[in-house]
Amino acid sequence: MADRLNLHLSFNGGRIELDLDPRTTLLDALREHTLLTGTKKGCDQGQCGACTVHVDGLRVLSCLTLAAQVESREVTTIEGLTQPDGTLHAVQAAFVEFDAFQCGYCTPGQIMSAVACIREGHTGSDEDIREYMSGNLCRCGAYPHIVTAVRTAAARLQGSKV
Amino acid sequence: MKAFDYVRATDVAHARQQAGQPDTRFLAGGTTLLDLMKCSVERPSRLVDVTHLQGLSEIDVASGQIDIGALAKMSQVAADVRIQQHAPVISEALWRAASPQLRNMASIGGNLMQRTRCTYFRDPAAYPQCNKRAPGSGCAALEGINRNHAVLGTSPDCIAIYPGDLAIALVAFDATILIAGATQRQVLADDFYRLPGTRPDIEHDLAPGEMIVGIQIPQSASLERSHYLKVRDRASYEFAAASAAVGIELEKDGRTLKAVRIAMGGVGTKPWRARAVEQALVGKVFDEDVIRKASTLAVEGAQAREHNGFKITLAPRVVARALMTVGGLA
Repeated sequence: MADRLNLHLSFNGGRIELDLDPRTTLLDALREHTLLTGTKKGCDQGQCGACTVHVDGLRVLSCLTLAAQVESREVTTIEGLTQPDGTLHAVQAAFVEFDAFQCGYCTPGQIMSAVACIREGHTGSDEDIREYMSGNLCRCGAYPHIVTAVRTAAARLQGSKV
Repeated sequence: MKAFDYVRATDVAHARQQAGQPDTRFLAGGTTLLDLMKCSVERPSRLVDVTHLQGLSEIDVASGQIDIGALAKMSQVAADVRIQQHAPVISEALWRAASPQLRNMASIGGNLMQRTRCTYFRDPAAYPQCNKRAPGSGCAALEGINRNHAVLGTSPDCIAIYPGDLAIALVAFDATILIAGATQRQVLADDFYRLPGTRPDIEHDLAPGEMIVGIQIPQSASLERSHYLKVRDRASYEFAAASAAVGIELEKDGRTLKAVRIAMGGVGTKPWRARAVEQALVGKVFDEDVIRKASTLAVEGAQAREHNGFKITLAPRVVARALMTVGGLA
């Protein structure tokens, strides 16, 4: 057995070199080895969406992705959305404005999913938003406000009136 | 999770050579495999990562057939406008499956290899006996909570349901699966999936070291006029309680059925082609009563356990509604 893999990874535009057990998921590489703890571990089996990140611009589940699989790919986490001066991304700002969370644990995953959902063009109706945000579960039941936040952020990002 | 070696394949030949070794699995999207490794259902000692292989994620829609590479993502195929136009049932089966994140990860080849969601199969710590994991050891589902277990294609050893959606559409429309092995071969999707019998551990017609490299779907008028209806316990991100992939072609009179294709998901131990319904409908005038009567044949031979009898009532209704949708009656 190879006990460690030497991996060159790219997180939020920064390069990092890590020696990891092959079993290490992208989620654990972020949280335990890079201290990027914004990405959350919920179910750890691909059912809740709390661990959602972007790989080469596509939203994926970091709990079911091996760190070794994302070598030469660009990973973006919730920490990578905020501008260097601390200005929030439009989706982050909308989640704050519309109280789109209670406990906040699912929120980083919800926001990463929402950014992708808007980019994919799946925010044409509330029904569309609910369908294409269905991979992110919220046990507090903040769904109505999440839909409002996503709808509003989509409208602002697309330059139209709310 | 058991420790494993990680190998990144450089081409198909390298992947196959590596995968020919014992206890080896191909790793693509990882959405089934890594999940089952975390549950200790899968315990490979070597993973061959095929996600960096080039040239296996193309979609080609030519006259006569549709070719889809094994590494195309579910989301990529679902969103392809040519697929939406010429094979709506394929796009619909894909976007109604899983979640957007999982569809961005899961490959078409890997999707075909998705394993059952039987809760007893997935929990070796609590249920060490499982004929799918260890043939001959027993089955807790037979007398357990079996609401989401199969009513068609079952055996005394296993009632685990086939969970996928895409393969239902592939079986309905006579798609073939391209397999790279010692020689390249093609197998009908319907033949690729095995009935459980006394060996529920053998699920596919695939030998060690063989690799799915693509699928081919013959184009037809019924594929153009096709639909996937999925009925489930919640509005989205859920496996089928019952589903139907259907397509029809009408005669020039616009009312007589010339060709009919039907397969069902959420009811069988494998994707379940409803040939009896197809045969009963060809040559008949498209009409709600005719459709509803013929659809009852979809569950011929079905056997319910304690909690899943509702599927025998539900499945013919799903088939009928799907047919009426493509026929413009629903």
